[in-house]
Amino acid sequence: MASFIKRLGGHTGRVVLALVFALPLVFMFVSSFKPDDQIFGDLDSLRAFLPVGAMSLDNYTAVFERVPAARFLLNSVLISSITVVLGIAVNSMAAFALSRMRWPGRKLVLTAIIATLIVPFETFALPLVWWVNQLPLLTVNGFHLEWSTGWMDTYQVQILPFVANAFSVFFFHQYFQSIPKELDEAAIVDGAGWFTIYRRIVMPLSGPAVATVAILTFLPAWNSYLWPLMVVQSEELRPVMVGISYFFQLNVGWGQIMAYSSMITVPILALFVAFQRSFVNSIASSGVKG
Amino acid sequence: MLAAPERLRPVRRTRTTNARRRESFTAFGMATPAVVLLIVFLVVPVALAFTLAFTDARLVSPTPARFVGLRNFTLLFQDPTFYKSLRNTAYFAAVVVPLQAGLALVLALLVNAKVRGVNFFRTVYFLPVVTSMVVVSLLWTFLYREDGLVNHVLSALTFGHVQGPDWLGDPATAMPAIILMSVWQGVGFHMIIWLAGLQTIPAELYEAADLDGATRRHRFLHVTWPGLRATRTFVLVTITIAALSLFTQIRVMTQGGPLDSTTTVVYQAVHSGYDQQQTAYAAAVSLIFFVLVLSVSLVQRFLTREKD
Repeated sequence: MASFIKRLGGHTGRVVLALVFALPLVFMFVSSFKPDDQIFGDLDSLRAFLPVGAMSLDNYTAVFERVPAARFLLNSVLISSITVVLGIAVNSMAAFALSRMRWPGRKLVLTAIIATLIVPFETFALPLVWWVNQLPLLTVNGFHLEWSTGWMDTYQVQILPFVANAFSVFFFHQYFQSIPKELDEAAIVDGAGWFTIYRRIVMPLSGPAVATVAILTFLPAWNSYLWPLMVVQSEELRPVMVGISYFFQLNVGWGQIMAYSSMITVPILALFVAFQRSFVNSIASSGVKG
Repeated sequence: MLAAPERLRPVRRTRTTNARRRESFTAFGMATPAVVLLIVFLVVPVALAFTLAFTDARLVSPTPARFVGLRNFTLLFQDPTFYKSLRNTAYFAAVVVPLQAGLALVLALLVNAKVRGVNFFRTVYFLPVVTSMVVVSLLWTFLYREDGLVNHVLSALTFGHVQGPDWLGDPATAMPAIILMSVWQGVGFHMIIWLAGLQTIPAELYEAADLDGATRRHRFLHVTWPGLRATRTFVLVTITIAALSLFTQIRVMTQGGPLDSTTTVVYQAVHSGYDQQQTAYAAAVSLIFFVLVLSVSLVQRFLTREKD
């Protein structure tokens, strides 16, 4: 009996906590379909969390009329996916060289890369703004290539600083260590070069590591706010999170805020629920091995 | 016959040195992109924080930056807002670190139980983590309004006895409100970390404890807690660094107000460096922030180090 009560207590706790974590998001999603006066009217009853009343897509169409939200979405998709693809290539190559090949200085390079893990982005974001503003920029102008200075307001300034990542290198390194080195030796006997071993043997065996790095690169890229806020001025290059914060400042209705929020959140939540196991394993691995 | 190995040996040696050389060459080539990018976008800006802080650099300036010694730091330490930002950041971290680490451990223990549906609960607790902090901040800006959802729920739960304040508009409640929301958003992440730690504790230890007639409290204190030593360090260090870096919530929800009650170090750095384009001053703030983060995480690593 006592253990039954305990178990019931545990279960009640789990359910109450689930409501605490889920209801604000449910509220956001259902409110995105309601007119503003109904959002406020529903607040004092459970209707706040239910898809009832005058439901419509008006808030969503209003968002697209008010700002180029589709462009913001496209920008974020572009920026995050390029960052993910380049990040996987660059970091896995470095990790391969560090974990499976013998060359002078590799221990030192690995230690140096791991040491950078302790430095949060916020500590050097401001000097980095100044720095990217001094970097040379090559642009195509008609049939001419032109050199100018400063990377402000470009796609690459939103991508390149986040491609190389110490954690990704470290994670690939740990994973590659678990793949038998005899495979490399056998391939070398067969006349394969190192890059072939990387591309044809080690990478195809590293699916779970690639998934982890992809998830851990994609999420911060999609959610990034501080950096694009400072280095992107023009609307055509704006990513979703900066887009919504400007949208909020336009003093639009709450229903529209909820619509825009849902638009940039629900797809990610759906992806998370679909690939839950990979997500959770990724996060877990960031802790256990760290 | 006897001469053959003699003749082969030097040939083989050059072949292996050639292979070695080629291996080193390829390895350099493969490591270079990551190393160069890390140098350009991490090492250089960190070094710049140390140099720009002693100049009068501005984001856009017709004249090159000049060395001004400690002027930025003198200005900084005369600025009452900077002290407020230090105090607010410390306050935020001091509350968030134990609250989030503790609640995350409770959640991990709840979803580590072998009952049906724990997978569902784990997923739900994790949903806010996958939601962007900007979206979470906008959503809670609405929830925290005086006529918002939080106050309606409070009033319903107390049968109308509690009338909540305008949470973000009151200097006394703005920071606590942001703390609560930040824990709500981030706790699922550390639940997963604790959970991974819990699952590395061998089941035999629990069986042995049960044989010795240990109570639940004893099991936790003598098996679970010591088994989580490495996880504990990681959880504490990551929450602390994230807490000290508090920015997005402030930028979206309060812009440091009301009456500077929520301004933080990183918010000040962005405000001076980006809004006012005073790069050198922002670099000085960044430098102090860098030293702060580094020393806190070193102290934490030292305090939670392996005792044996």
